[in-house]
Amino acid sequence: MIRQIVDWLEERTGLETAIRSFLYEEIPGSSGWHQVFGSIAAFMFMVQAFTGIMLAFNYAPTPGEAYNSLKYIMAELTGGSLMRGLHHWGASMMIVVVVLHMCQVFLWGAYKKPREATWIIGVVLLLITLAFGLTGYLLPWDNRAYWGTVVTTKIAASAPLIGPYLERLMGSDGSIGVVTFTRFYAAHVLLLPPITLILMALHILLVRKHGVAPAAIETKPPKKFYPGQVYKDTVAIFATFVLLFVLAVSAKVPLERLADPTDTSYIPKPDWYFLFLYELLKYFPGSLEIVGSVILPGLAVLGLFLIPFIDRAKLAQLRHRTVAFAVLGIAAMLWTGLTVQAVVNAPKPLELNTELLDAPPLPWQEMAPAEIAGIGYYRRENCAACHGPGKSAPDLTKPTSHKTAEWMIKYFKAPQEMVPGSAMPPLQLPDSQLNTLAAFLLQLNVKNASVLETTPNFAVDGAILYQKQQCGACHVINGEGQKLGPGLNGIALRRSKAWIVEHFVNPEKMSPDTSMPPYKFKPKDMEAITSFLLALPKV
Amino acid sequence: MDRRTFQLTGIYGLWALMGAAMATPALIYLLFPPKARKKTDFVEAADLKELTVNAPEEIVFRRDRADGWKITTEKTSAWVVKTAANEAIAFAPSCTHLGCAFHWDERKKEFICPCHTSGFAMDGKVLSGPAPRALDRYQIKVQGTKLMIGEVVKG
Repeated sequence: MIRQIVDWLEERTGLETAIRSFLYEEIPGSSGWHQVFGSIAAFMFMVQAFTGIMLAFNYAPTPGEAYNSLKYIMAELTGGSLMRGLHHWGASMMIVVVVLHMCQVFLWGAYKKPREATWIIGVVLLLITLAFGLTGYLLPWDNRAYWGTVVTTKIAASAPLIGPYLERLMGSDGSIGVVTFTRFYAAHVLLLPPITLILMALHILLVRKHGVAPAAIETKPPKKFYPGQVYKDTVAIFATFVLLFVLAVSAKVPLERLADPTDTSYIPKPDWYFLFLYELLKYFPGSLEIVGSVILPGLAVLGLFLIPFIDRAKLAQLRHRTVAFAVLGIAAMLWTGLTVQAVVNAPKPLELNTELLDAPPLPWQEMAPAEIAGIGYYRRENCAACHGPGKSAPDLTKPTSHKTAEWMIKYFKAPQEMVPGSAMPPLQLPDSQLNTLAAFLLQLNVKNASVLETTPNFAVDGAILYQKQQCGACHVINGEGQKLGPGLNGIALRRSKAWIVEHFVNPEKMSPDTSMPPYKFKPKDMEAITSFLLALPKV
Repeated sequence: MDRRTFQLTGIYGLWALMGAAMATPALIYLLFPPKARKKTDFVEAADLKELTVNAPEEIVFRRDRADGWKITTEKTSAWVVKTAANEAIAFAPSCTHLGCAFHWDERKKEFICPCHTSGFAMDGKVLSGPAPRALDRYQIKVQGTKLMIGEVVKG
């Protein structure tokens, strides 16, 4: 039955003959495990195409919706984060595999006459792979994507002569927005994939035309591509696939906060394979910049293209190709050195200290700022010296000792007038602070008494400052305050310390159109209030 | 097992395995509904005082609907039949046959679908035509004289 179908198809399409002639192609006796990388690269492209299509089924390619639809893919759809994981890590692995493939071809000298065209198409495919990485990087439209692309487009714009045209082509005249995003998306899904397919087909066709490159001295007789080499390719592909799957399942794929062009605390960083270029720029100050950004990379690419024309010597055995090994070694060392340098030198992301927020909130973190400030006055006036269980003055955590706020304020000012014979000294605090203290004492009970000891000093100092400056007239903390300005709970998840400091000094600069006045705090106070704000729990 | 058979088993086995490892999550990804979504809230759609008993009326109201990664506010309609002072039925506005918008034919006293002339009684039952089941109804709540409309219940 199957035989009949195959024969029917064969008679009309010649499919069987075509497949047979593809599989039973003769390859040199020296072929083996070192030649699996090309097949892996082709396989990785298929994985990227497939997972890319899967993602596109649920991804809305506009800056307004990209981020939310991606979040939806990852959080709401079963298997969504796996699809994105495969696509994300697949991109990185694709680059590794393509580079390994090139290294193998380079070391074995497989680019030599008559295979120059195969090599050149290969270099173009490498550049296309990098272009995929570059355009795909923007698509999540988070801070990482946005800022990374800002830097990339600026580098392209600095190119001599063609810079301004490149910038216009990328739609990034001035700033990155809908135009750049749409163009990157179109390039990523409409332009690059068919070009890749066509060039891959040409590349493979040329490999077939010239045959798989033989070694300098062939000792064994030629053999068939199938099944021996196909088996080796399959095993290598399978190993790659397992690694990719494990990465996709276990390693978190970054999705940072929504792209925020006003977030000046963000430190842009390209993906790992572009880090060396990024680092290179540090060595060329001022007008020499283009040496690092355009000229050196341009020469490197030109060098790659010209390799088959520079090395025209007769093919030598692998162990005699010392120059090739040396060149590759130096290139690898330069790349590794710059990449390591970039990783080591990377400025620590301005501490977004979220540790405090990951733990369940401590009792003091849930109190209103006025109450926390009350703890401060309680401490400053040294109330605990006399008040407390087993001490001379009443234990203020017991509800029986509670009076009205009005009574307390009078009592704070002149204790003996309210309670003749009281041993309490009058408190030398302005009315507003006495109010705060009284309000806090009314909240105090046996259950929350621990806050008197456990509330950190920075929080108390910060809260006192917050009270004095009447921040609550515009901001809400733990449900207390007016909603004119943004709520401050969980601000550590949104802003860095540096950002907050800068915002106090110059609110207009950080958020244009804000109605917040500037504040000039002493360094100690600035430290206290920012630490206090950063410790506020999420609601 | 000779060398050749081993290699062939390896080739077809591993490719089948990889195919399954890609196809299974892909199918789940495409076919499984999104994880728990908030149910559509009841919204106030009509005042029963303004309706006449047994006179079906088309009511248009706005509601929020979870649509993928968005909540969209959209205009929706319902055919409301007041059955008693404080009772009503609200039909979803599309024919159970192929989803065309039907309307109330005052002369024939039935709901008529213009596409394939399905006819429905005032209680939604199929009277004629190809419609496979009675009209779909909205979940409703009556608060005082206010008619609150929730989700559509199929069938």
